[in-house]
Amino acid sequence: MNATIETPVRPRKVATQGAIRIEDVVKIYDPDGAAVMAVDHCSIDIQAGEICMIVGPSGCGKTTLLNAIAGFHSITSGKIFLDDQLLCGPDRPMAAPGSDRVVVFQNGALFPWKSNLDNVAFGPMMARKMGKKEIYEKARGMMADAGLGGTENNFPGEVSSGLRRRVEIVRALMNDPKVLLFDEPYRALDSLTKSVMHEALLEIYYKNKVTIFFITHDLEEAIFLGHRLVIMTSRPCRPKKILEVDIPHPRDYSVLTSPRFRELMEETSAVVHEEAKKSFAAGEKEG
Amino acid sequence: MQKFLTRFRRKLVSRATLRAVIALAVFLLLWELGSRSKAWLGFALPWVGQVPAPTAVLRVWAGLIASKGYWESWYLSMLRVLVGFVAAMVIGIPLGLLMAVSKTFNSLSFPSFEILRPIPPLAWVPVSIIFWPTQELSIAFVTFLGAFFTVVINVVGGAKSIDGRYFQAAQAMGASQWDIFRRIVLPATLPSIVVGSSVGMGITWNVVVAAEMISGGGNSSSGGGLGFFIWNSYVGGSYEQIVVGMISIGIAGYACSEVLRALGGLATPWLQKR
Repeated sequence: MNATIETPVRPRKVATQGAIRIEDVVKIYDPDGAAVMAVDHCSIDIQAGEICMIVGPSGCGKTTLLNAIAGFHSITSGKIFLDDQLLCGPDRPMAAPGSDRVVVFQNGALFPWKSNLDNVAFGPMMARKMGKKEIYEKARGMMADAGLGGTENNFPGEVSSGLRRRVEIVRALMNDPKVLLFDEPYRALDSLTKSVMHEALLEIYYKNKVTIFFITHDLEEAIFLGHRLVIMTSRPCRPKKILEVDIPHPRDYSVLTSPRFRELMEETSAVVHEEAKKSFAAGEKEG
Repeated sequence: MQKFLTRFRRKLVSRATLRAVIALAVFLLLWELGSRSKAWLGFALPWVGQVPAPTAVLRVWAGLIASKGYWESWYLSMLRVLVGFVAAMVIGIPLGLLMAVSKTFNSLSFPSFEILRPIPPLAWVPVSIIFWPTQELSIAFVTFLGAFFTVVINVVGGAKSIDGRYFQAAQAMGASQWDIFRRIVLPATLPSIVVGSSVGMGITWNVVVAAEMISGGGNSSSGGGLGFFIWNSYVGGSYEQIVVGMISIGIAGYACSEVLRALGGLATPWLQKR
């Protein structure tokens, strides 16, 4: 039923918070009509500070899982914990959205009417725990760290899509989240921009201790970034294969041409391809 | 200031301006020739042959520049448009936002709103003459109706089509309901408000002129608005004055649109190319 949790526990980074435990989660859309199972008894254990890549064909139900963690959607059964605290479970099918788990959306969700700086400062301004001056100082600092100096007063629409994505990650990090949830954030970028973004993301990650739950259908991206890959079956989605990426961090782009990287690509691409074919066939039937 | 002048000069002598001037000149020339067709062709061309020539219109206009009644007509129409338009914005924007935000309110108000909406503002004229104590109020009310429904529909549409991810992102970052309304719903709806207001402004000009013609406000010397000015010229048989009135409305409407465009641009700086 559930094929997981045989991963050895290894210390990765010095992150003490942000462990996610997904226990036997089921999501059925429209339980009293034409029931469609999106997530099928899915269990994944993600350690604090891990980069966990969820790989699967488009529309397989990965985003459903992410939405459940973020608190945007309910689950039908099962439990999800964050640091042993129940986010959602039988008595509480929908988690409350919170700044400890921030989503970086597929097409970006920066507010176009706010400057980049105001976007980055938005979370802390809403939390009202710090003074305005302090918040903006921190925002400027973090933007400069992420190579975004000089774009503070631009609107998101005025900078490139690569920079926009970076602004969004910084905006998420400003909330001091335990977990960053990425929903195919680089999907719309061209491959050259993508490679720059990957390195930038890792750089940001090395500076900030967060757990990363990263959804993608790009195998190369998954192996390059992740500590671990969870390859999902096509709808309903369930872990099919879990793979440790034993290439040590910090990584840079030379990894892509290393023999080990190629080996891992070979090891996994057959599995992913098989699921993609299934998903394609299912899509044809539905269509 | 220097920069502003150079930009102004550049705009003034641009190719687009040149084209506009040439097009206008050609249009006036054809019009002039057409209206004088009887003199040089021996017979009047259909339609354009009956229209007073631009030179004649200009002559009459020059005489009117000094007339108090003409400017009073301008003032009255402008005032009515402004009152109706501002009232439509002040009532329509909150109403539209409420309809978009609250499902309960929407289901309560939407049916009556949708039945009233297709009724042309001019069909309201008799009722509003009966309902409102003064003629001025009835005209303002009809003008208000012209812009009101457009503004509401645009605000509702704009607020409802806000990308759900903005709400999710704001929620995840700890925004309260009020924060979401103030910092997400309101700015995200602004572009639709701008569009709705410029369309609404056009309708108010349509409506005010017609309402003035029907109600026949004021008398010929004191002026009852540009609509009445046209009607009065027609009754008085001054065809040149009719055209003066028409062009005046065109200019007034254009000026209003330009002001709105500028205000709309200031309100939505993120949509302006730098």
